[in-house]
Amino acid sequence: MAPASLLDVRRDGDELKAIGSGVWTSENADALEQLVTNATQAPPPETHSAQIDLSGVERMDTFGALLLERLRRAWTQEGIEPRVVGLKRRYGVLIQEMSRTGREPHPEPRRQEATVERLGHNMVDIGKDARLLLNFVGATVAAILRMGARPRTFRFTSMVNQIDRVGLRAVPIIILITFLIGCILAQQGIFHFRRFGADIYVVDMVGVLVLRELGVLIVSIMIAGRSGSAYTAELGSMRMREEVDALRVMGFDPVEILVIPRLFALLIALPLLTFIGSMSALVGGGLVAWFYGGIQPGVFLDRLKDAISIDHFMVGMIKAPFMAAVIGIVACMEGLRVGGSAESLGAHTTASVVKAIFLVIVMDGLFAMFFASIDM
Amino acid sequence: MDAVAGQDDTDIDGKRDVLISVRDLVVGFGDRTILDHLNLDIYRGEILGFVGTSGGGKSVLTRTILGLVPKRSGVVEVFGQDLDTLSEEQRSAVERRWGVLFQQGALFSSLTVKQNIQFPLRENLKLSQALMDDIAYAKLEMVGLKTDAGEKLPSELSGGMIKRAALARALALDPDILFLDEPTSGLDPIGAGDFDELIRTLQQTLGLTVFMVTHDLDSLHTVCDRIAALGDGKIIAQGTIETMMESHHPWLRAYFHGTRARAVRSDR
Repeated sequence: MAPASLLDVRRDGDELKAIGSGVWTSENADALEQLVTNATQAPPPETHSAQIDLSGVERMDTFGALLLERLRRAWTQEGIEPRVVGLKRRYGVLIQEMSRTGREPHPEPRRQEATVERLGHNMVDIGKDARLLLNFVGATVAAILRMGARPRTFRFTSMVNQIDRVGLRAVPIIILITFLIGCILAQQGIFHFRRFGADIYVVDMVGVLVLRELGVLIVSIMIAGRSGSAYTAELGSMRMREEVDALRVMGFDPVEILVIPRLFALLIALPLLTFIGSMSALVGGGLVAWFYGGIQPGVFLDRLKDAISIDHFMVGMIKAPFMAAVIGIVACMEGLRVGGSAESLGAHTTASVVKAIFLVIVMDGLFAMFFASIDM
Repeated sequence: MDAVAGQDDTDIDGKRDVLISVRDLVVGFGDRTILDHLNLDIYRGEILGFVGTSGGGKSVLTRTILGLVPKRSGVVEVFGQDLDTLSEEQRSAVERRWGVLFQQGALFSSLTVKQNIQFPLRENLKLSQALMDDIAYAKLEMVGLKTDAGEKLPSELSGGMIKRAALARALALDPDILFLDEPTSGLDPIGAGDFDELIRTLQQTLGLTVFMVTHDLDSLHTVCDRIAALGDGKIIAQGTIETMMESHHPWLRAYFHGTRARAVRSDR
């Protein structure tokens, strides 16, 4: 079907004549729109009658009917009242329906924010976020205190289930990752220390770094990505399906039922995982020192005993529950803030992981300052 | 509309034209058989109401026809074409000719209502933005929504509005067949009645064929031309509402002569 044959506009004596033919459906809508636009933009003047002959139109759908309506309206505005002839009866209702629509103006499209405006909003949002976080910490502490008064309301089963999910099942991946980090650390240390003939100090470096900083940091970051995101997604989809509201109207506090068991599970699991991760990293470091640096395991252990004290170990372990609290609170808070859409769930899950990792690193910095000032 | 002069249709003949034919369809999950050698025809221009027990496979049949659930055996022909033998391209041509209204609407939550309606248009046709806007708003008005709903996100709509907006999206490409999965569930009786009327009007306006899974006895009485009942994985009866009422099948008797059915009948 050549597009030109869909609509042919010409003068016939005093009358303006539009002859439609072919298939006026969605497939030809683009071509037909062009023809209608051409016809409406250049109406020959000094005519008061027009005819739209549709006897040649084989099929028509809303697209064709809408464009016909456009042509009629444009000509009517010019003062030419067109008569429509030759229309198949079964399309009568459709045309009538179309003549009813499109009378209201289209609403304003949603406004896109300008860059500066968005920057401003983001800044305000950061402030609001900080306040919300404090609020949520408060709500959590209040719930814990309430629970302290009635210990039987604590959901022990739920917590054990969560420990299984965020603790036990995370063990293999934590062991693998920290083992590899330990290996890489030892290899780099030996490679560079060898130039000074100080190979053996790699043991000091690996021991101190892993126990004080890397063990707890790597594990926290892994858990924020692995379990924090799961918490947010779980709570978020419960919000989307009104399960959280259901709890609330039954007189339960969602923080008590959903947040506390998850938070306590992390508080228990994260220190354990930190311990496992640190040991695994030391094993990795030791193996590389043996095979790559030629430091026998016995020598490695002796040196390790001299290089590190219980303080180094404690510094790492003390930090773990604080990291757990940060991850748990941020993840649950973001989960409970999810709105109705899938996009919102994605946005809050991302925010949960990013914020948790950011706060974990900030906390680590604060702890470094604190431990330095108390000489630990 | 006196400016529109009519002309008689010549291309509609008396013979009933089968749009969808399902033959010997078997569908099951694991060791459970849901649909057992089921046969069903859907004729052009009718509104077919589809009833059956909860969990009896109504949705499974719809989803099998739509190709969302794999079948064990049997043939599904749509517009006379066996869906299994079609190439990718032919299949998407068929899919463009049906519209589906899911039970929960299934509007894309990150797009505005207008963008939802325009989504199939944008993917399948090359149209100017102005025409797409006109079409989207025309469809919104056809399903009885105000144009300002177009810029709203699905999460900002009420349940009834979601159904209407989803219907507008299902109608975006002017389909030949419309599948409705419990269109009136979750609507109040007035809203449900309005929705029934809307479906009837749209069916007449657009010449649609409608396949409607429903539990709403009012809908069955008022809008359905024909009813098919599913039981034990087969069609146990089909025909007009009168045929259904007269059936002696125990489940159909319970369904159409139960307390709720009596309430519906005494209303009219």
